[in-house]
Amino acid sequence: MRNSIISVAAYLLLAPVIGGLLDGIDRKISARMQRRVGPPLLQPFYDVSKLLKKQVISVTNAQTFLLMSYMIFILLTGAMFFAGTDILLCMFVLSTAAMFLYFAATVTGSPYSTIGASRELIQTIAYEPAVLMSCVGFYLVDGSFEISKIASSQISSIMYLPGVFAAFVFILTIKMRKSPFDISTSHHAHQEIVKGVTSEMGARNLAIFTVTEWYENVFLMGVVGLFIVNKDPISIAVAVAVIFAVFFLEILIDNTSARMKQYEMLKLSWTITLVLAGCNIWVLMLMIK
Amino acid sequence: MFEIKRSPWVLHYDGSSCNGCDIEVLACLTPVYDAERFGIVNTGDPMQADILLITGGINSQNAPVVKQLYDQMPRPKVVCAIGVCACTGGIFKDCYNILGGADTVIPVDIYVPGCAARPQAIIDGIVKAVDLFEKRLEKHKEWVRIHGEVHDDPVDENEVREVGTEETKTTTKTETAKTEKAKSETKPKSNKKGKKSRRKK
Ligand code: SF4
Repeated sequence: MRNSIISVAAYLLLAPVIGGLLDGIDRKISARMQRRVGPPLLQPFYDVSKLLKKQVISVTNAQTFLLMSYMIFILLTGAMFFAGTDILLCMFVLSTAAMFLYFAATVTGSPYSTIGASRELIQTIAYEPAVLMSCVGFYLVDGSFEISKIASSQISSIMYLPGVFAAFVFILTIKMRKSPFDISTSHHAHQEIVKGVTSEMGARNLAIFTVTEWYENVFLMGVVGLFIVNKDPISIAVAVAVIFAVFFLEILIDNTSARMKQYEMLKLSWTITLVLAGCNIWVLMLMIK
Repeated sequence: MFEIKRSPWVLHYDGSSCNGCDIEVLACLTPVYDAERFGIVNTGDPMQADILLITGGINSQNAPVVKQLYDQMPRPKVVCAIGVCACTGGIFKDCYNILGGADTVIPVDIYVPGCAARPQAIIDGIVKAVDLFEKRLEKHKEWVRIHGEVHDDPVDENEVREVGTEETKTTTKTETAKTEKAKSETKPKSNKKGKKSRRKK
């Protein structure tokens, strides 16, 4: 109990720092990949602190409220995850958060952000099956949805779930809104329709959105780590290494691929989920029988 | 440490330019000049922008657009006119539809001359704009004290002009494009008088 309180507190306090640093590393590495010097490592923090100092403009007050709800649900997801509760519940709360983002974008009435919002829904549909498959996979391997039990299993879950892990890493690109799947909004310097859900956010709301994304990324990286950790403490170090490797892979994909059409993304992600995760789980079920 | 000047986001608006200056503005953001190392990001949303880069002159159709973009930007904000067209009307000055440079509708702080303005000059102009941006934070705090944090109504136009014209004294000349030198030098001085002096020319 005490451990879980500590880890929740650590998540709530440290996730923005880690998330921001990851974002900074991302921008720096991306710049180097494009043979540029790139912004300083702490640039994401400079950006957010500036956004918070600017005049507050919001298209409607409802947008601020909905974005705050989005943030709170993401925080709740992460807190539940690091408290070691039910992983299925975590994922449902995560989907709820995505709904709030959808509403926050549509409530402005701007065509750009409305289109972005509908694309966000398509993205949700694209990654949801793989997320649920991961939960099912964890249950089959460890006999429980409890994260604390999964994390303290005898053997790392990835040993039984390589296909599910691959599918999860694939949809991570969609979830983190990285190219080729930065369809609902892009992190690069773009405008209007490509900026999608963030296109009508005033300075402060954009700061809320950015910080929420950091929390979300840390949570997602936590799920990646969950595939690796077992009851051996050394596995935590391995998990961190795998997280960095996966993160680097995301940056590489981001910088080497062009944006896809939304329905092609949907087809591709479902196919990959079905083939990799589906077959993996099928084999697992045969083995258990 | 977290100074706002480390993260200037620019909004680029193309008035009635020949497109030459726009290409140069975009060139600044390419890996060759890499404006992002100063934290500069090209945003498409006035509500997230700090520095407005205007290229090209103002004509009767885009005047309200420019004004609206300016009004939608949250304080503190800085306006930077890129190229002679945006400074004075430039080569299009005598066209029937051209009202003049960007400062015919909004207060301009930094003038970057050149036809087309070179990327180095543009980055130099932005860097100067960034210093001004930092200074304006104090003004903004004062403004928040009077108007409150949330201020949804469009800002009173006269008030905007007042703030702008007062500060336009800091106008900077960034490049010695010889042909435009004379113009850009007279510019800051004539700025207070506004339109009148321009019409005389
Ligand atoms: S200053 Fe020259 S290059 Fe720039 S928009 Fe005007 S005519 Fe074109």
